[in-house]
Amino acid sequence: MRKNPSLRIYALAYLAFLYAPIVLLPLFAFNDSRVIAFPLQGFTTNWFAEMWADKTLFIAFRNSLTIAVSAAVFSTILGIFAARASTRYKFPGKPGILGLIMLPMVLPEMIVSMALLVVLIAIGVPLSLFTIILGHVLICTPFAVAILTSAFQSLDRSLEEAAYDLGETPASTFRLIILPLVMPGIISSLLISFTISLDEFIIAYFLGGNQTVLSVYIFGQFRFPAKVPAVMALGTILVCISIVLLTIAEYFRRRGIAKSGGKDTGGFL
Amino acid sequence: MTTTEKPNMIEFRDVHKYYGDYHALRGINATIKAGEFFSLLGPSGCGKTTLLRTIAGFEDISSGAVLIDDKKMDDVPANKRPTNMVFQSYAIFPHLTVEENVGFGLRRDPRSKDEKAKAVAEALEMVGLKGYGKRAAHALSGGQRQRVALARALILKPKVLLLDEPLSALDKKIREQMQVELIKLQREVGITFVLVTHDQEEALVMSDRIAVMFEGQIAQLADPETLYRRPNSRKVANFIGTMNFLPAEVLSEGAGGIEVEAQGFGRMTLSTDQVMAGEAGQGAVVGFRPETLTILYDSQTATDREVMGTIEEVVYFGDMTYYDVKLDGTTEALRISMRNVFGRPVLEIGTRARVAWSPGALVMFR
Amino acid sequence: MEQGAARGRFRNSEAANGLALVSPTAIYAILLLAAPLAAVVLYSLMVDSKVGLSSGLTFDNYLKVWTGRIDQALMIRSLTVSSVVTLVTVLLAYPVAYFVSFHVKPERKSMWIFLITIPFWTSYLIRVFLWKVILGYNGVINSGLMSLGIIGEPLTIINYSLGSMIMTLAHAYAAFAILPIFVSLEKIDRSLLEAGQDLGESKLMTFIRVTLPLSMPGVIAAVLIVFIPTIGDYVTPELIGGGKLPMIANRIEAIMLKQNDKALGSAIAVTAMLIVTVVSVVFLLLNRRFLRGQSK
Repeated sequence: MRKNPSLRIYALAYLAFLYAPIVLLPLFAFNDSRVIAFPLQGFTTNWFAEMWADKTLFIAFRNSLTIAVSAAVFSTILGIFAARASTRYKFPGKPGILGLIMLPMVLPEMIVSMALLVVLIAIGVPLSLFTIILGHVLICTPFAVAILTSAFQSLDRSLEEAAYDLGETPASTFRLIILPLVMPGIISSLLISFTISLDEFIIAYFLGGNQTVLSVYIFGQFRFPAKVPAVMALGTILVCISIVLLTIAEYFRRRGIAKSGGKDTGGFL
Repeated sequence: MTTTEKPNMIEFRDVHKYYGDYHALRGINATIKAGEFFSLLGPSGCGKTTLLRTIAGFEDISSGAVLIDDKKMDDVPANKRPTNMVFQSYAIFPHLTVEENVGFGLRRDPRSKDEKAKAVAEALEMVGLKGYGKRAAHALSGGQRQRVALARALILKPKVLLLDEPLSALDKKIREQMQVELIKLQREVGITFVLVTHDQEEALVMSDRIAVMFEGQIAQLADPETLYRRPNSRKVANFIGTMNFLPAEVLSEGAGGIEVEAQGFGRMTLSTDQVMAGEAGQGAVVGFRPETLTILYDSQTATDREVMGTIEEVVYFGDMTYYDVKLDGTTEALRISMRNVFGRPVLEIGTRARVAWSPGALVMFR
Repeated sequence: MEQGAARGRFRNSEAANGLALVSPTAIYAILLLAAPLAAVVLYSLMVDSKVGLSSGLTFDNYLKVWTGRIDQALMIRSLTVSSVVTLVTVLLAYPVAYFVSFHVKPERKSMWIFLITIPFWTSYLIRVFLWKVILGYNGVINSGLMSLGIIGEPLTIINYSLGSMIMTLAHAYAAFAILPIFVSLEKIDRSLLEAGQDLGESKLMTFIRVTLPLSMPGVIAAVLIVFIPTIGDYVTPELIGGGKLPMIANRIEAIMLKQNDKALGSAIAVTAMLIVTVVSVVFLLLNRRFLRGQSK
C-alpha cells in the first residue's frame, strides 16, 4: 500500500494534541513561578517539596490507595466470577444479568453516585471510605469483566477437558490450568481497576462523607490559585505512576496473548 | 479379521442423546472389540464426535448405556474413566513444557519422581520426540503437538484411546505420515483406538472396522473392504468414494440369484449378497466403482463382458485419468478411472470406446 | 460438578452452575445498582417536601422538569455540548484510526494504540484542569501569545465558554472514539478493498463504497461511547465552565444536594437516563440498518 504522508502527519499532530496538555505538567511543575503562564521562570523543585510537606495530601493518598486496592481486588474477583460464567456456561437470563453488570460502563457516574447516595442515606449507612469502595467496585467491575472475558475466551475449552480427561478434578483443573493461563488477564484487570478507582472523582466526592481521597483533594486545590504549582507537581508524579502501571498491564496483556498463542489485536478495550 | 474372538471393550446399548429438541444420537447399538482400531466416520454434524465424547464422559447420554470393559459408565465422570483422549486442537497446555505436558496425568501417580521422569522419557521416545522434553509447548509445530498429545494420553496406559479428528489440522504430507505411525503405534501398544474422522480415505487406511454415521445413526458398521465393495446403501456408497448408478429392473428372483436388466449393461444375474436396500421413492439401480470398469485398447479383450460407449470428458490426474463415458443406450455419462500406463496415450473426447465390465463388481440397490 | 452425581450431571448442572457462578457479581449489581436505580425511579414519582417524601405517586416532577425553562435550557445545552463533542471527536478520530489500521505496520499497531490510550488513563481531573490552565484568561495560550508579542491583551473568547468545554471534552474522550473505529477497521477483509479497486473504483470511491460502510458499526460504537459520558459530565462544566454553564450532572447535584429535593433531582436523573437511552436506541437501530444493508 502506498504511504500517505498527509495522513501520517495528521496522526502525529493528533498524538501531539493528545499529549500537549500533559507535557505542561512537568513544564510548570519545575517552573519557578506561582503563576502558570509563559514565559518560564527557571528551574525549581520547590513545588515538589511543598507537595511533600502537605499532611492532608498524605492522608488523601493513603485513603485513595486503600480504596483503589480494595476496589481492584473485589472487582477483579467479581469479574472472574462473571467472566467465567459468561464464557463457560449457558444459563437463563444471561444477557439481562450480564447487561446489568456491564451497565455502569454506559451510565453517567453522577447518576450512579446519586442513586447510591439516596439509598445509602435512606437505609442509614454512614458515608465513609467503605461507601466509596462500594461505588468503585460497581464501576470497575464492568472493566474487569471485559478484560477477563477476553482472557477466558482465548482459553481453548479442550484444555480444560484434557486436564479432566487426564484425571484432574474440576477444582484442580481450575488451579493447574485455567488460573495460570488467565493470570495475565487477572493482573491487567487489577491494574486497570486500580487506575480507574484512583482516578475516579464523582463517586469519591459524593459518597466519601468527610473523608478525603486524592481526586477530591486535587479538585479542592483548584480553588486556590496559589496551590496550582504543587498540583502540577503531584500531577507529574501521578502521570508517571499511570504510565508505569499501564506499561506493566500492557506487558502482561501481551504475554497473555503470546502464551495462548493468539494474535495481538492491540488495546485494552 | 479375527476380531470376533476378542472381548468387548466398548458397548453402546441404544444410546440416545438430545440437546434440547435436537436429537443428536438416535439409538446407537454397537460394540468395539479390545485391541481394535475403530473409526467413527461421517459428515460434520452426524453425531460422531458426540458419540466419542460419550465414551470419554464429556457428554451425558439421554437414555441407553455406554459400557467400557463391561462396566456401565453412567456414574463415572471423565476423570475416572479408563479412557484418554487426543483432542482435535491437541489441547497442549501452553504454559507447560513438553515434559510437563506429557507427565501431567501422573500427578496422582504414587511412583517416585525418577520413575515418572523415566516414564515420560519413554513416552516421548515412543512418539519420536526424544530430547524435546524441555521445550516450551507453544513453540512446537502441529505434527509435534500431535505427538505430545499422543504421549500424554498413552503414558496413562488407558484401556481406550480416543482420537477426535487428530489429523485434520495437519498438512497432507504430514497427515499421511502420521496415519502410518498411528497404525504402527496402535499395533505396538495394543490399546483399543477409537478414531473420529470425516475423511473416508483416512478411515479406510487406518481402521480395522468403521462405523459410518449419518444423522445420529450408524448407517453401516463393517471392515473397510466390505464398506467399499458392498456399501449397504446409496448414501454410504456415495460417502465412501465415488459410485456410478444406472437404472435397473428386477426380472425374477430365484435361489441362484436375482435376474436383473440394467440400462446400458443389459441382463445379468446377481447373487443375493450384491443386493442392498435402496431408498424409498427411488427406483432400483445398479452401482459400480469407477475403477471396476476398464476401457479396452485395440488388441485387448474383455475377460468377462463388454459394452460400447462414447468418451464425453477426459480429466487427467498424472497417475490416473478419469473418463466420463456414455454407454450406448444410457442417458447419463459414467465415470471410469484408468491407471495411466507408459506407452498408452490418453484418449480424446469423442472417441468410441469398448468398456469391459463384470456383474460381480456391481451392487444393486432396490 | 460433584462427582458421582446421576445422569444429566453435565446438562442439568450447566444452567445451575452458570447461575451459581455469576451470582456473586449479579447480586452485587442488583443490590448496588438495580435497587438504587429503582429507588431513584420511585423517588421521581413522589413529592419531596420539608416533612419528607409523600407516599402518593405523581408525575408532577417530570412536568416541572420537562416544562421548566431552566431545565429545558439545560437539557438543550447538555445535548448540544455532547452532540458537538461527539461529532468533533468522531470526525477527528476516524482518520487516526484509519491511519493506524491501514498504514501502520502490523507489528507497530499495538504500540500506536498504546500511545493513544496512555493520556486517557492519566488523571481525568488533572487533564481537565490543564485545559483550564491552557485556555484561561491568564492561561498558557494567552500568556504564550502575549510573550511572543502576537497579541496585546488576553483573548476572552477562549475562557469559560461552551467552546472551551467542547475542546476539553473532545480531548478527554479521544481515545474512546479511536478504539472502536480502529477495531472495526481491523476486521475489514483487505481483499474486499482490492476487489473494489479491481472492479474499477478509484481509491476514494472504494473508501466511500466499501471501507466506510463496513466501519460504520465502529463509528456508531464510538458515537455512543463518547456521547454517554459527555452528556453526564460533571467536572468540565464545573472547572472549565466555571459553574456558569451547568449541564445535567451539575443540575442533579444542585437539586439533590443543595436544594435537597430528592424527588425533583430523581426526575432529572431519570430524564437524563431516558435521553441517553433514546439516543442509544436510535444509534443502535441505525447500526442494525447498516448491518442489514451489508448482508443484502
